[in-house]
Amino acid sequence: MSSAISNLDMVMNERIIGKVKRVNGPVIEVMGITDAEMFELVRVGRQNLIGELIKLEADSAVVQVYEDTTGIAPHDPVFGAGMQLSAELGPGMIGTIYDGIQRPLEAIYEKTGIFITRGVTVPSLDREKQWHFVPCVEPGAHVAAGSVIGTVQETENLEHKILAPPTVSGVLQSVAPEGEYTVTETVATIERDCGGMQDLSMMQRWPIRIQRPTKERLPLDIPLITGQRVIDALFPVAKGGTVAIPGGFGTGKTMTQQAVAKWCDADLIVYIGCGERGNEITDVLTEFPELIDPRTGRSLMERTILIANTSNMPVSAREASIYTGITMAEYFRDQGKHVAILADSTSRWAEALRELSGRMEEMPAEEGFPAYLPTKIAEFYERAGRMETLSGDQGSVTIIGAVSPPGGDFSEPVTQHTKRFIRCFWALDRNLANARHYPAISWLESYSEYMQDMAPWFEQEVNPEWFEDRTEIMELLHKEVRLQQVVKLVGPDALPDTQRFILEVCTLFKNAFLQQNAYDKIDMFSTMQKQARMMHIIVTYWKRGQEAIKNGATLVKMRKLRAYQDIIKMKFTVPNEDLSGLDKIEARLERSMDQMEALHS
Amino acid sequence: MESAKENRHLLAGREYVGVDRIDGPLIFVKNTHPVGYRELIECVDKDGQMRLGIVLESSTDAVVVQVFEGTAGLTLPDTRMRFCGEPLNLPVSKEMLGRVFNGLGQPIDGGPPQRGDLALDINGMAINPIARQYPRDFIQTGISVIDGMNTLIRGQKLPIFSGNGLPHNELAAQIARQAKIRGTQTEFAVVFAAMGVKHDVARFFIRSFEESGVLDNVALFLSLADDPSIERLITPRTALTLAEHLAFNEDMHVLVVMTDMTNYCESLREISTIRGEIPSRKGYPGYLYSDLAELYERSGMIKGKAGSITSLPILTMPNDDISHPIPDLSGYITEGQIVFEREMDGRGIYPPVAGLPSLSRLMKDGIGEGMTREDHPHLASQLFAAYSYVKDVRNLASVIGEEELTPLDHDYLEFGKHFEQKFVSQRQDEERSIEETLDIGWDVLRSLPVEELHRITEEEIEKYYGG
Ligand SMILES: Nc1ncnc2c1ncn2[C@@H]1O[C@H](COP(=O)(O)OP(=O)(O)O)[C@@H](O)[C@H]1O
Ligand SMILES: [Mg+2]
Repeated sequence: MSSAISNLDMVMNERIIGKVKRVNGPVIEVMGITDAEMFELVRVGRQNLIGELIKLEADSAVVQVYEDTTGIAPHDPVFGAGMQLSAELGPGMIGTIYDGIQRPLEAIYEKTGIFITRGVTVPSLDREKQWHFVPCVEPGAHVAAGSVIGTVQETENLEHKILAPPTVSGVLQSVAPEGEYTVTETVATIERDCGGMQDLSMMQRWPIRIQRPTKERLPLDIPLITGQRVIDALFPVAKGGTVAIPGGFGTGKTMTQQAVAKWCDADLIVYIGCGERGNEITDVLTEFPELIDPRTGRSLMERTILIANTSNMPVSAREASIYTGITMAEYFRDQGKHVAILADSTSRWAEALRELSGRMEEMPAEEGFPAYLPTKIAEFYERAGRMETLSGDQGSVTIIGAVSPPGGDFSEPVTQHTKRFIRCFWALDRNLANARHYPAISWLESYSEYMQDMAPWFEQEVNPEWFEDRTEIMELLHKEVRLQQVVKLVGPDALPDTQRFILEVCTLFKNAFLQQNAYDKIDMFSTMQKQARMMHIIVTYWKRGQEAIKNGATLVKMRKLRAYQDIIKMKFTVPNEDLSGLDKIEARLERSMDQMEALHS
Repeated sequence: MESAKENRHLLAGREYVGVDRIDGPLIFVKNTHPVGYRELIECVDKDGQMRLGIVLESSTDAVVVQVFEGTAGLTLPDTRMRFCGEPLNLPVSKEMLGRVFNGLGQPIDGGPPQRGDLALDINGMAINPIARQYPRDFIQTGISVIDGMNTLIRGQKLPIFSGNGLPHNELAAQIARQAKIRGTQTEFAVVFAAMGVKHDVARFFIRSFEESGVLDNVALFLSLADDPSIERLITPRTALTLAEHLAFNEDMHVLVVMTDMTNYCESLREISTIRGEIPSRKGYPGYLYSDLAELYERSGMIKGKAGSITSLPILTMPNDDISHPIPDLSGYITEGQIVFEREMDGRGIYPPVAGLPSLSRLMKDGIGEGMTREDHPHLASQLFAAYSYVKDVRNLASVIGEEELTPLDHDYLEFGKHFEQKFVSQRQDEERSIEETLDIGWDVLRSLPVEELHRITEEEIEKYYGG
């Protein structure tokens, strides 16, 4: 279906498919349906409100409207567009900010001013802008579905591959010479294997609720490096993996997502503000263009697509925003890119489902959520993965979804169902957040199921000791819990120094390593090398300190070491580009420990 | 089809005598012309009294109308309904400052009917995120625990999460009196919306505005405890509509105080229950989040506009429970929260602001060098960290006894005492400059040994701690 219209511009078909029977918020019942198709894009009333047909039954239907329905009345006409709600895919998406149904907010702003008015029609991709197209196939060649027919250098660092739509294959009849074209101009003509000629432009459409096809799934054994120490060192996610970040309000979901969006080593970021604050989007919009991607030296905005359907924007467009985002991500994955998609917050999406379901008077399951909630969550996370693309490249989509449990209680349905379908869990802890221990990711509750599969990568690319150091630290953190229980009953004095030293080392590790200040110029992200070295220094302090204490050194002495203060501040003092500061700290630590050893032996 | 549209236009304003069903604040009318969703209605009772309402649902079978002033005294045969063909619009103008209105925006101060420069849909429209200006200007409230640790920023929405009987009105009034942007003189206004609060609360605020001589810059929208509960659903919307006009058409800096949001949410639950909607938690409708967001998100700053809306919603947490849906959903929308703690109030600390759960999300971009003072970010972070440790030590002490604590833990207890008594605690008429606030912060930190100050740089320690 997408291919059939892939070269048509969106021409609103003035076909009336029925008229309004009942209006209840964003849900509209339609009567007198003649010929409508499921998930068809529709327009409602003389206000021309955008909607989608989500239920068909005999001669009636249900439409969910993506704009405020004030003023819509029974007997208002409903027009069908003859196509499904689809994303427009092609050059021009990078650096753009869209609403939940892919309308560019900048263009809407130019048209209607500071408030978003209803019924505005703006194409998702700029129709005037010309792109420099370089063909890479010759007439006469066979073009497989989803294969590359040319390229456009969209930004300094991003080569946009122009693909044949996933449903079109055939023999190339003609291809446009290198030159400037708009997204709707024909750049190639194909005689399809199934018969008939088809013109292709640089833009294609894809129905947002359908996963784009690939050749096969690949194993998830390469990490997505985020620059956030607690994540990369303790609970890393694989490229193509799925993560949930649950946490009550103010625990750091948005900050964590933004930090990952800024510093992770993906080629492209799709950031979805789904039912959250307007100012957070503004924050991204003002900050990202100024920030420099350390890998490319270019502005972070040049690798970011933003989707903003804030909490006060229509709830049904919020429901769609998630699918709009993932469809764009898949499209770039199909070009062999690694894409990370950040959805803040998937709970607001689930609530949108609940609201729409309630208005349709469907039977609720838990807490008013519809019974199909788990299916929808599963379908969404299933669209993540590292894939061999139709064109034979490798690309990935990593999904990182925030979850906002009511009352911060993880036993609620959205958190619970999400947990079934993700493999990496970064649990935010209220107590840590209250203590301003950021990121407030709990080292006890979080997990990563990708760990084992990725260990070879870490050992090879980072440090052979990495895995061992990590295991050592995790063991200490778990021992600490038991020791703290003792302390809470009888006080710290009851513990021998060897055990109190474990508490000391854990405190050090939390302060010096796990806590990471997103606002500090040096600390905001750490390269994998810096992380591994930092972790190793702390493990050294632990191992040698433990020996020293066994030989009679005191805790106070261990704490008063000059190296101790160095370690606490190393995250702020040693920049990523020059780790020689860590050499010095390590050397000083070894020296002091040597001296202490000499003293006590 | 065309004729239906045409007719509808002509039929707007048409009156129907007699309604089919009345259920709580809802009226059901059958056999009307096609009526638009959210259309305004005028409902006239048998004595000729007019009440306003809006259409909650419209279908070919019946129209469901919600009447703001309640349905008491209405009868099925004699009630007359007029559908106005447009949503509820509020005439707005700068002249509304200094006046008192009911929740629907009708004057109740005995003055002349208001004359609007414009009539605006009270539901407002979503601000395009592109159009927003990220708020950064520090507002000095003169209250240490706010300025120092939960800084208020112009254009922020920062609620007070309080409990019954706690001094939230006093704090809100103190903020309204003392709030200033240092070094500037700009036109400002206060828009005050009261939902279901008692007369004396309204009187307290009016007196407070009067005493500080700002009453002429205040517009009050009062829907008090004895007014129909449904009116409360409209009150914040009318208030915010005026606020938007003042901020974005008249270039004023507007502070919106809304109290008590809990009463607002309760009215929403009432309507939802009567309509038989599927509830989510504690009987509140699933759309409570979106509904609150439509109110809270109307604050902010806009590119190219000189004015701003800063909002200070007040809500009382049922049972002092911060995980109750009302504070919980609010916290998910607002840009932080000032949380009150009954235990601190009991110890005579004013304002009883809980150190740890309180948060200002916009603080980061409004403090530090050139805005407040260079040492502010690290000092605040250190105070939070230390105070959080104090809480742990207090817990420990309550189990094992204070004697068993280490000397360092004793230092922390000492710090905690000073922090609460010298830093947090202040008089209701006490206005501290940000420098005073930060200096007191350093002063209380001196209870701790310097090695404990992990979040502060060497230079800051030298400059502020040592001296
Ligand atoms: N890594 C971090 N570094 C510094 N501050 C942080 C960090 N994470 C969270 N915060 C603080 O916590 C506040 C709330 O974080 P946010 O991500 O907005 O929470 P949520 O999205 O869970 O409600 C932020 O405004 C910031 O002050
Ligand atoms: Mg958030």
